[in-house]
Amino acid sequence: MKAPLDVIVIGGGHNGLVTAAYLARSGRKVTVLERRHLVGGAAVSEQVFPGFTFSVFSYVVSLLRPEIIRDLDLPRHGLHILPLESTVTPLPNGDYLAGWGDSDLTRREIYRHSPRDADATIEFGRLMHHMAMAVRPILSMIPPDPTSLAPSDLAGMLKLGGHFRSLGAERFHAMYKLMTMSSADYLDEWFEFDPFKATKSASGIIGTFLGPRSPGSAYVLLHHYMGEIDGAFRAWGFAKGGTGSISDAIGNAARAFGATIRTDAAVSQVIVKGGRTTGVALANGDEVSAPIVVSSLDPRRTFLDLVDSKQLPGELVDDIRRFKFRGSSGKVNLALSELPNFTCLPGVGPQHRGAFSISPSIDYLERAYDDAKYGEFSRRPYLDIVIPSMIDPGMAPPGKHVMSIFVQYAPYHLNGGWTDAKRDAFGDAVVDTITEHAPNLKSAVLHRQVLTPLDIERVTGLSEGNIFAGELALQQLFFLRPSASWSNYRTPIRGYYQCGAGTHPGGGIMGASGRLAALKILADS
Amino acid sequence: MLKTTPFHARTAPLILGQTWRRWAGYSVASCYAWSPEREYAAVRNAAALFDVSPLHKYLIAGPDAAKLLDRMVTRDVVKAKVGQVLYTTWCDAQGKVVDDGTISRLDEATYRLTAAEPNFRWLHLNAHGLDVVITDVSESVGALALQGPLARAILNQVAERPVDSLKYFRVMANRIAGVEIQISRTGYTGDLGYELWVPAADGVAVWDALMAAGFSYGITPAGIWALDLARIEAGLVMLDVDYHSSHRALIEDQKSSPFELSLDWTVNLEKGAFNGKRALRSEKARGPLWRFVGIEVEWESLEALFAAVELSPSLPTVAWRTSVPIYRDGEQVGYASSGCWSPLLKKYLALAHIRAPHFGPDTRVEMEVTVEHQRRRAAGWVRKLPFFDPARKRA
Repeated sequence: MKAPLDVIVIGGGHNGLVTAAYLARSGRKVTVLERRHLVGGAAVSEQVFPGFTFSVFSYVVSLLRPEIIRDLDLPRHGLHILPLESTVTPLPNGDYLAGWGDSDLTRREIYRHSPRDADATIEFGRLMHHMAMAVRPILSMIPPDPTSLAPSDLAGMLKLGGHFRSLGAERFHAMYKLMTMSSADYLDEWFEFDPFKATKSASGIIGTFLGPRSPGSAYVLLHHYMGEIDGAFRAWGFAKGGTGSISDAIGNAARAFGATIRTDAAVSQVIVKGGRTTGVALANGDEVSAPIVVSSLDPRRTFLDLVDSKQLPGELVDDIRRFKFRGSSGKVNLALSELPNFTCLPGVGPQHRGAFSISPSIDYLERAYDDAKYGEFSRRPYLDIVIPSMIDPGMAPPGKHVMSIFVQYAPYHLNGGWTDAKRDAFGDAVVDTITEHAPNLKSAVLHRQVLTPLDIERVTGLSEGNIFAGELALQQLFFLRPSASWSNYRTPIRGYYQCGAGTHPGGGIMGASGRLAALKILADS
Repeated sequence: MLKTTPFHARTAPLILGQTWRRWAGYSVASCYAWSPEREYAAVRNAAALFDVSPLHKYLIAGPDAAKLLDRMVTRDVVKAKVGQVLYTTWCDAQGKVVDDGTISRLDEATYRLTAAEPNFRWLHLNAHGLDVVITDVSESVGALALQGPLARAILNQVAERPVDSLKYFRVMANRIAGVEIQISRTGYTGDLGYELWVPAADGVAVWDALMAAGFSYGITPAGIWALDLARIEAGLVMLDVDYHSSHRALIEDQKSSPFELSLDWTVNLEKGAFNGKRALRSEKARGPLWRFVGIEVEWESLEALFAAVELSPSLPTVAWRTSVPIYRDGEQVGYASSGCWSPLLKKYLALAHIRAPHFGPDTRVEMEVTVEHQRRRAAGWVRKLPFFDPARKRA
């Protein structure tokens, strides 16, 4: 007779695994139940074509929390982050704009286009550094409920208030602007060179149904600078073996602490008796019992699919129904016979070890958004292109390459719906866009995998294919993520918790949601 | 002018920031790119190509070659088979280390000794009455280190004979680009790796062949900054940085015994007479006064020191090579001699000399750090070396 379980974690995405690892580390008996044959959720590496390994969905490490790397000793369990050094933006006039791994080189490169911007970059960087320092503690904080008078919430609000007061007037105003403005407007206050602004603003539109001129798109600019504060940890980069190796490292850590992980174990329902959970029912009819069940799935699945909405307060059900997903991104993975030769920077060089950004102007990005706004995929999309095999040669056979292309925009709700023909047309639009800049690309394609938001939903389970498990829009952040009063990882059902990216702070391979949920569960029990 | 290595014609155009440095009278690259980040990553992820030609190299040949080396060094050379490589220290009569390096048995009666310092005179002083010929081949033999998990795959593409059967610390004759060379399964990175011993005149041909075959495997020319990060993770001691040759030390305290460098395993007290044997035997009996250990700085402690002045920790991107005090319970118990932020392990590491009895693994210690011009102490632990020891190194 095995010892009874303390905790079931539904879903083996990276947040679910982080929760499991922290709980197992504190001596809880934990099982993770994963629907697919492998863990990772949207952070998986798969050999989609023989010999070619892809980070199928999420493709770079952004803000994996240093405390998680330390607490779980992830390097010992296989985490190996490699530098991703540069970004090259091909320009319409045949030139390029590059950001290199060296500050002098980058300054000289920007100076070539705008001496003014070259100087502004330094001051802008300083301001953003302070903004990022101000926001960073919030990433490690369980959101307090501003309407609650409970001591823990009041203490949290006090801490938060003190935190913002300590910013001083100038930085507080900058923060306010950052939280409310569009990235285009915000960057206009600093810079003049349009492709430079476009490339910077691109980080503000990734994964959201917003354009660079939509209010609220500015604050995501911060994410990049937050990565820089953690600079020593080099948490910004490319994971050796693809993003699946991050999930594997966290999974290995969880197992080392005693957790078990079951794959091919889809959960159909959370069992609720008398207002509290007693376990889960699997799709195959089996039941697994535990007094605590944690869902790492997105809010829609956590509240509307896994439990009967009759068990929940009406306003929460309404909130979750209104919670915006609206997947807006696609992914194209290519197996290549040779490296793309970009006309703006011909030959093979250091540019191939960084990213290529197809973001020639703010107008270009906004037009790409216009297509999506009216239900079409962008005919000329924003692309973030990396060639992982140039960073980790193990991703492709010697001499061959893999290319990972993040595509914005591809709306989940496409006019007339997604079909195979439309998926192909979408893939063609992406390949054609790159081929305009690198003429040999089309003929170098050996295999092509095109993923629409519908495909992302089908494979990973993320509702409407939203890569952040719900939009990272201001009205869906912090104490409103996923819903007022239920942002503290609890649910109205006793023993039932949430730990996915649909909770604060969410998004990217950060692991913070999973960690904070585990801390909450430990504090409650 | 400093001397240039046999690979200079190829390395010179690659060194973007002109970050040349001195090494034994040669100029070599600290770094080819703008920072060592990617060159270091190649050591752990693909394959890095280091020019290590400035090493001193001696051929010792003749019927008494083994006898000479066995008399000089701390390991048992007589037992070494043809094709075997030994890492060893050698000491003066007081059992203090003169130098450390490798001995490769190339054939029945020929050995190659590599050393950090010139040892021509020391070899001759130890050769009285022996039938040996000592040749300094430092300039006529170039050396490349190909280090990293894909090093073997690259050599198999380019070498005439596959290197699959070449075991850890073994050497074989081989041929690359038609050039007769030796390949040893050795290195200074603690990773899977090889060193190639190349006739100086043919250096460029071998370099070109390696670079061409290695392109698809991510081969990356790398400089000393990257090597330094890797060797600290591997816990490998460096002469003139972590310790001083007893031949150069001005005072007794500047000398170290093999035991004090935690190189006990290189000392064979069972074999016949050798330099320093008596002193080492008595030192072993009473126990060493110092040990060479790892220090891991506790991140939370470091972060708190910086947070106190509203900064996040700033760490060097290259290894430091200075003497930094180590404390325990407020009292200085030793000093770190090199340290770095490990990009792989995500830990702030140092190599340190710690006095008895404070050197046990996991002992809580403090290391001096400078935070905004103020001397502070960050908490940490004594750790057993190496910090990083992948299975592929020996597999």
